[in-house]
Amino acid sequence: MAASATDGGGVKPLPLLSIGATPSPLVRSGLQVSSLLIPLLLWTVISALELVDGKFLPSPAAVLESLASMAREGILFQDIVASTGRVFAGFFLATLVAVPLGICMGVYPAICALCEPLIAMLRYMPAAAFIPLLIIYLGIGEEPKIALIFLGTVYFNVLMVMDAVKFVPKELIETTLTLGGRGRQVLVQVVARYSLPSIIDTLRINIATSWNLVVVAELVAAEVGLGKRIQLAQRFFRTDQIFAELIVLGLIGFAIDMGFRLLLRLSCRWAL
Amino acid sequence: MELQVRHLSKTFGSGQHRKEVLRDISFALRSGEFLSLVGSSGSGKSTILRLIAGLEQPSSGQVLVDGQAVQGPGPDRGMVFQKYSLYPWLSAAENVAFGMRLQGLPQRDIKERTAYFLEVVGLQDAARKLPRELSGGMQQRVAIARTLATNPKVLLLDEPFGALDLQIREAMQDFLLQLWQRTGLTVLLITHDVEEALVLAQRVHVLAPHPGRIVSTVEVDLDKSDLNQLRLSAAFLEKRRTLAGVLRQLEPALV
Repeated sequence: MAASATDGGGVKPLPLLSIGATPSPLVRSGLQVSSLLIPLLLWTVISALELVDGKFLPSPAAVLESLASMAREGILFQDIVASTGRVFAGFFLATLVAVPLGICMGVYPAICALCEPLIAMLRYMPAAAFIPLLIIYLGIGEEPKIALIFLGTVYFNVLMVMDAVKFVPKELIETTLTLGGRGRQVLVQVVARYSLPSIIDTLRINIATSWNLVVVAELVAAEVGLGKRIQLAQRFFRTDQIFAELIVLGLIGFAIDMGFRLLLRLSCRWAL
Repeated sequence: MELQVRHLSKTFGSGQHRKEVLRDISFALRSGEFLSLVGSSGSGKSTILRLIAGLEQPSSGQVLVDGQAVQGPGPDRGMVFQKYSLYPWLSAAENVAFGMRLQGLPQRDIKERTAYFLEVVGLQDAARKLPRELSGGMQQRVAIARTLATNPKVLLLDEPFGALDLQIREAMQDFLLQLWQRTGLTVLLITHDVEEALVLAQRVHVLAPHPGRIVSTVEVDLDKSDLNQLRLSAAFLEKRRTLAGVLRQLEPALV
């Protein structure tokens, strides 16, 4: 290659890809829209030209139609309620345990020493591997699914909350003590409050895992749910339904993510 | 009120990692006095303050407030740190009110005292601002107001202006001196800055490092009606030179 570097300038990098470069708001929005639009366009073109058998790659129109018909029949709503209900129940319980425990582990080295080795190990046991046990213990109703989501997220939540708490400046805790604050006041009014933005962010990241696990749980044993519907659709070779359900899964997950971001913005304006 | 520090020693760690930080520190501080401890890093000056605040326990010796041994932290010994001292999610006024809330003062008193102490530090107009919207000097004034609002017997200041620019630091020194003259506070100031100690305190204890111990004491009897003049006066400069010399000799292998 005889790339000319004779003018001393060398090859100019793409302006958008030089490190630290920020695109203008307009360019940025354009890129963000393209991120979704380009795959959609490719999909439309490929199925319009019938480059892939429609049985394997249904057209966007077919998927939309399938979505509409599931909505009309009420299946879609039922599935969404079932799946999100499981996610929220399991994740809520995991949060209920993880936030206080994580805060205590972050503040008290003794509690940390007592709990961390166990949690660090449990965390590496894949939650899905607990399914058989959960079915033996809890049957095939809602309980094992909620328990699975709980197990799959609680350890990560604990450890990440603990880490967040360690960023509370020591001076702030000590100031509170010299102002007359007692243990509980320090934990609730200072440590938890200071870590709130990181805790909300931790929950936002980890709820994605429970969204994964709910599908796994429903594949094993369920009457309704987005994951269950996908399994049924496979039995009848309804790829259009599978696509529709996948898109719904993605959209709801995205909405939950946005919900957490909104919560962060509303409750922690000081940290943004 | 009398604060007595008696034969205070502090050693961290044990065995090979044993480190003697303070050796036999004794001094006293009475109501209305302004005392400064001056020393370089390694002189254990912050540790002395933390022992008085009750944030650490002495290895031997004791700290007495009005004859009562200090057991742990409490609002009778208010402390202001060098940084990270404000609650970032609370406005200036809410920060000032926070200590009083912790102690469960009646709502009306909290409101009145908050307004009063914000005015004392000259920040009544910044009451609703968040800490990040305040300059470093303003933040420290809020921290001082918050501590004063809980009515401490003694104000412990741990290099409170150490993170500020020189000009703001001098303005803050003027502010603190006036505050002390106006309100009759009792202040214990830790600093490595000889000038700061001389400008503010009535008495300065000089600490030697490794382990920290008091090696000399200077009484400061200068006219403090105009600090800008004081900083340039011959008497002040002479005292400053002497004190800086003492500190330098304590650091055998500097740099």
